[in-house]
Amino acid sequence: MDDLLREFLTETNESLDTVDVELVKFEQEPNNARILDNIFRLVHTIKGTCGFLGLPRLEALAHAAETLMGKFREGAPVTQEAVSLTLQTIDRIKGILADLETNEGEEPKGDDRDLIAQLEAMSLAGDAAKSEAKKAPPEPAKKKETAGTLVLQVLERELRPGEVSLDELERAFRETESEVVIPSDEAEAAPAPGIDFSRVAAEIEARMKQVGGEPKVEKAAKPAEADADAKDEGKGSVATQSIRVNVETLEYLMTMVSELVLTRNQLLEIVRRHEDSEFKVPLQRLSNVTAELQEGVMKTRMQPIGNAWQKLPRIVRDLAQELGKQIELDMIGAETELDRQVLELIKDPLTHMVRNSADHGLERPEDRKKAGKSEKGVIKLSAYHEGGHIIIEIADDGRGLSLERIKQKIIENGLASEAELEKMSEGQIFKHIFAPGFSTAAKVTSVSGRGVGMDVVRTNIETIGGTVDLKSVAGKGTTFTIKIPLTLAIVSTLIVESCGDRFAIPQLSVVELVRVQSNSEHRIERIKDTPVLRLRNKLLPLVPLAHLLGLETDQSKSEDEGFIVVMQVGNVTFGLVVDGVFHTEEIVVKPMSKMLRHITMFSGNTILGDGSVIMIVDPNGVASAIGTAIVSEVVDHKQAEASRAIDHDAKISMLLFRAGSPEPKAVPLSLVTRLEEFEIEKIEHSNGRDLVQYRGSLMPLVYPNYDVHRREEGTQPMLVFSDSGRSMGLVVDEIVDIVEESLDIQVGSDVPGILGSAVIKGKATEIIDIGHYLPLAFEDWFKRKEISSAALTRKLLFIDDSAFFRNMLGPVMKAAGFEVTVCASATEAMRLLGEGSRFDVIVSDIEMPVVNGFEFAEMLRRDARFKTTPIIALSALCTPASIERGRQSGFDEYVAKFDRPGLIAALKEITSPDYGIAA
Amino acid sequence: MTANDLNPGVAANDTLSGQIQYVTVFIGGQLFGLPIHKVHDVFVPESMTRVPLSANEIAGVLNLRGRIVTAINMRRRLGLPLREGSHGIMAVGIEYRGESYGLIIDEVGEVLNLETSGREPNPANLDRRWAEISGGVHRLSGQLMVILDVERVLGRMMDNMAA
Repeated sequence: MDDLLREFLTETNESLDTVDVELVKFEQEPNNARILDNIFRLVHTIKGTCGFLGLPRLEALAHAAETLMGKFREGAPVTQEAVSLTLQTIDRIKGILADLETNEGEEPKGDDRDLIAQLEAMSLAGDAAKSEAKKAPPEPAKKKETAGTLVLQVLERELRPGEVSLDELERAFRETESEVVIPSDEAEAAPAPGIDFSRVAAEIEARMKQVGGEPKVEKAAKPAEADADAKDEGKGSVATQSIRVNVETLEYLMTMVSELVLTRNQLLEIVRRHEDSEFKVPLQRLSNVTAELQEGVMKTRMQPIGNAWQKLPRIVRDLAQELGKQIELDMIGAETELDRQVLELIKDPLTHMVRNSADHGLERPEDRKKAGKSEKGVIKLSAYHEGGHIIIEIADDGRGLSLERIKQKIIENGLASEAELEKMSEGQIFKHIFAPGFSTAAKVTSVSGRGVGMDVVRTNIETIGGTVDLKSVAGKGTTFTIKIPLTLAIVSTLIVESCGDRFAIPQLSVVELVRVQSNSEHRIERIKDTPVLRLRNKLLPLVPLAHLLGLETDQSKSEDEGFIVVMQVGNVTFGLVVDGVFHTEEIVVKPMSKMLRHITMFSGNTILGDGSVIMIVDPNGVASAIGTAIVSEVVDHKQAEASRAIDHDAKISMLLFRAGSPEPKAVPLSLVTRLEEFEIEKIEHSNGRDLVQYRGSLMPLVYPNYDVHRREEGTQPMLVFSDSGRSMGLVVDEIVDIVEESLDIQVGSDVPGILGSAVIKGKATEIIDIGHYLPLAFEDWFKRKEISSAALTRKLLFIDDSAFFRNMLGPVMKAAGFEVTVCASATEAMRLLGEGSRFDVIVSDIEMPVVNGFEFAEMLRRDARFKTTPIIALSALCTPASIERGRQSGFDEYVAKFDRPGLIAALKEITSPDYGIAA
Repeated sequence: MTANDLNPGVAANDTLSGQIQYVTVFIGGQLFGLPIHKVHDVFVPESMTRVPLSANEIAGVLNLRGRIVTAINMRRRLGLPLREGSHGIMAVGIEYRGESYGLIIDEVGEVLNLETSGREPNPANLDRRWAEISGGVHRLSGQLMVILDVERVLGRMMDNMAA
């Protein structure tokens, strides 16, 4: 292909992109002559060049489009159809251009008579409309004599030397006007009427000189385009300062600089080994120069993100039409720069997400009106720098994601069980929209809803080391946040060692480093064989890097000494155990050989300063290898306080241990605050009971039974339970395991301290009733009486904002024969009820944030559906006044929180058949 | 698999004179020949980095004048016992599908100029692993030289990777 044609293709494509954007703008402000002129000029240029290059098809199309544009200029009304048709024409032109490029300059065969005919018809219609318009008196507003109405126009950047601001130009016009006799033609005359151009030119030149630049305006003879040209002149002056460079050239330059950086690193490494080297000073210089060169070359690769957004206004416009919605696209920070490679990679995901927002996110105008919002939906696209990252946000003010629909879909697709869902936070549930084949769109439109997309979006973003997150508020809208590195070429990494091999971990995902030693504050602990680390009151799951990579570990070395690289990938946090940590190094990522590309643990490799090759660990690969097991564990720890519900087949984490007998015992893990081992010497006796000093206070020890082996030496394992500042240690023989099982107490128990027996891991296991032991430690914790089970299984809704009581009383009520659903707040309960869940009895806490128990009961009583449902209040506050308040609010019973026998009795009474529930 | 595979893969590269130059190498005592135009360089592999979780035959990656080279242990590839110690090993650098590879061998021999007519197809009873990567056999005086078909040595490995 010859250079001329290539130049033409590049330029025309750029012009067309501009035309796209301008046309959409034009449709919104059909009276803006400046935009129209701009479009007209661009189309005209395309037409001209096509004729020159001998491209008849393109020329004919451009000509037809230009004619239509001309009619607009002459005053023909701008209709949506006309704009659509023009856009269609532009698309056709683009298609032909693409073919031109692949066919080495051969114009593809084809017929455009269809489009041209339409364009011509439109032009004729325009003519007719125009002649009608002519009969009407000429619009004075079109004339520029009304100089006073001119709006201050702002160029979006600072003026460069040699440029004149638009205002200057305008003023030049106005100041010359007064002496001019205007031979105003018909209405079709361009917005600015005749002017003494030479005067304008002189005026401008004079002003230019004041600014100190060279005279630039040569085309002042064309006033119609003057203000558009002013902008153009600006562009022109930039053009003289910039040249087009082939992308390949830049890429090559980048590669070379990367090599230079590597070599520099190598040299630095060598000099580091030689104390007094005469190379030191020149090398330092070389190093600085290299760094600057690197920065400079990186800069050439930087492009404003606006380039990736260019097509969006058009897409959104088309979508809005197709979907019958009104959409405003707000773009903020289009000038934010990022590496062009990254730019290319996020283009498609961005487009997809904007489409999604338009299609799923925003409601139809009538729905918006109903919801009290303006009919026009807004999609806000913003970009900004933050650290070494660029953050892109796509926000809509639509309906937000439907939690229920997503949940339903998750279950349908088998991505998680209902029980697992209950444990998840909203954010985690929302994240499922990034799962493959996931679409909640009720109906499939041509735009979206086919379930391909969001997973691809995520994959694309993750391959460039980015993350995507979302927030959604029902009725308020959804915001996606994309965080991506500025560049892919050079990455800062942490060099670590595992089993004698070195690996590089991208700093991006490293949160902190922890040194562990068996005798220090931070040490690796094990639950069964799973290593964990206590880090600021959280349990961090650990994975030795050696295990992940299948390296043979040196048996002689203690597994408990080393470093933990705390990493965060998405919202999963875990610790990678390594043997050593060296330093950080800026590395140039090189792709791995095809032979190695299947190894998901690595994202690439590179040459270090010392000349050796090192593998770069892929945090995403590691996170997914660690798998859902840890993810869910992390979730457990993170969300311990978050809402969770236990229904009859919900799985909960149980801690298995042995105490006194070989049969395993179990307790819900969420109740256990910590697992501790105390030196026997630390156990003190006072006032007839065993105590240990624990975190600055005395913690009473309780033995589940007399058979628990009281060790003479070494350490004694125990489970620590804490609630509101008090702790109790339950002494056990051995901690066995943590399992996920559904807690289904099949056989009740008369033995105090045991709720009953359940099958856990195929074995009959005694479920310990912690409620029994707590008063043993502190008498006022609460008392216990054996649990009576009601014969009938009734559905019970239990609301309590304290996780402790939820976990405590949930099983108690379950053991009493109820099918218990637990909610962490009244609002959550209301949502459940609103969705149609029905319960035979409701037990609610009183002191809760947002909506308290009284308000909740009042609300229920107001609803006919729940008028007769028994509601029991559960409160720590049991004054006659509050009991009275409870009655007024509509509670049937008022039970003190620690009075569990009272609760059971009340439940029994209320749900007995003769109570007469309309269940 | 096409009928072409019946012929040695090097056939297309025969010179006009009907002669072809081979770089000979020894692997486990056996003489192998690589068509000379396939051989980029011969080097002593140094400071190799092993790659966890990679295929058995991959000895590691190393830096060869600023390029990252994937080293293939040819003994492993051929199912031969491994050599004791790493002393004196050599590698033949080749390019394959735009990437650099190093075939780790025991020793490099001389360059031979052989008549294409002296080449024979693989004996039918040749070990399957060998037959897979051999482009035929040359009868030399005193010994046989197995033609190492680079495309097959690496191509098969990649196929396995994809599988």
